[in-house]
Amino acid sequence: MNRLIERIAAAKRSGEVSRLVEAVPYARFMGISAVVVGGELLGRLQFADHLIGNPMLPALHGGAIGALLESTAIFQLMWETEAILLPKTITLTVDYLRSGRAVDTFARGVLTRQGRRVASVRVDAWQDDRSRPIAVASAHFLIETAEMPEPAPPESDT
Amino acid sequence: MVDDDSERLRVLTELNRRFEASVPHNRALNLDIVAVEHARATVRLPYDVKLIGNPETGVLHGGAITTAMDAAFGAAVFQALPRPMVIATLDLRIDYLKPATPPRDVTIRAHCYKVTRNVAFVRGLAFHDDEADLIASGTASFMLGTSSSRRPPEQE
Repeated sequence: MNRLIERIAAAKRSGEVSRLVEAVPYARFMGISAVVVGGELLGRLQFADHLIGNPMLPALHGGAIGALLESTAIFQLMWETEAILLPKTITLTVDYLRSGRAVDTFARGVLTRQGRRVASVRVDAWQDDRSRPIAVASAHFLIETAEMPEPAPPESDT
Repeated sequence: MVDDDSERLRVLTELNRRFEASVPHNRALNLDIVAVEHARATVRLPYDVKLIGNPETGVLHGGAITTAMDAAFGAAVFQALPRPMVIATLDLRIDYLKPATPPRDVTIRAHCYKVTRNVAFVRGLAFHDDEADLIASGTASFMLGTSSSRRPPEQE
C-alpha cells in the first residue's frame, strides 16, 4: 500500500479527491468522503442509521458532525498546502447551530491562516440549504511543509 | 457493601442500556459508561481498527475522541440534572494534547460543574490509564430541555 502522503500527492495530480480518504479506516466507517462540487472541495458525511445521536428527532450525533468538520479541515489543508505529513489537530472548536437531520451533510473548509508550523481552518457544515449551517468550526493544526525548512537555530552571540 | 455494589451495578447497567440502546452512534463506537457519580461520568472508548485515522501509525482519528468526549459530557450532564430532559450540545472545544497510543482503550472523565435553568457546563479529560498523562482535554455547554414537546424540531 502506498504511504498516505504518496496517495495524497497522487490524488492531487490526478484530481481524484476520493483518494484522499480511501486509505483512512475511520472515514470509511463514518461514510466521510471528499468531493469536488463546482470547483470547491467539500467534505461529505453520507447519512447512515449508525450516525444517529438522538433517535427521537432523529438527529445526528454531535461527534459525527465534529468528525466531518475536522476531516473537511484536514482535506482542505492537504489539498491546499504543501503539507508532507498528515496535519495534527491541536484544537477543534465546534458551535452547533441546528440539529443535523437524517440526510447527507456537507462541509467546506477555508484556510484562514498558514504559518510555518500552524495552519488554521474555518469550516461550515450544512444539509439542504447552505445558507443555514447546522454547525461551524474553527481548528488549528500542526503542519510540516516540504518547502519551508525548519528555522535555523538562533545565532550565538559573537 | 455487597448491596451497595450490586445497586451500583444495577444503575450502571440501566444507564448503559439507555446510553447505548437509545444512541446508535454510541453503540457503533462501543462506548461504555464505566462509572458515574453526581454530575460526573466516566466513559470508555475501546480501541478498534475501524476508528484508525492514520493508517501508518494506527492512531485513532480525532473524530472518535471528539465523539467519545461529547458522549461522556452528555452523560455527566444527565447525572447533574434534577430530572431527565432532552439536551443538545451547544458548543464543544477539544484540545488534542498527544495522540492516543494504539491499541490501548481511551478513558474519558467528565464533570458537569454548573447547571443553570437553560444551560449546563461540562469539562473533561481523555487518557489511557494515568490521568496525569493526557490525550485530550475538552469543554462543552449544553442547552437543556430541547425536547420536542417544548420546541418542535426545526423544519426546513
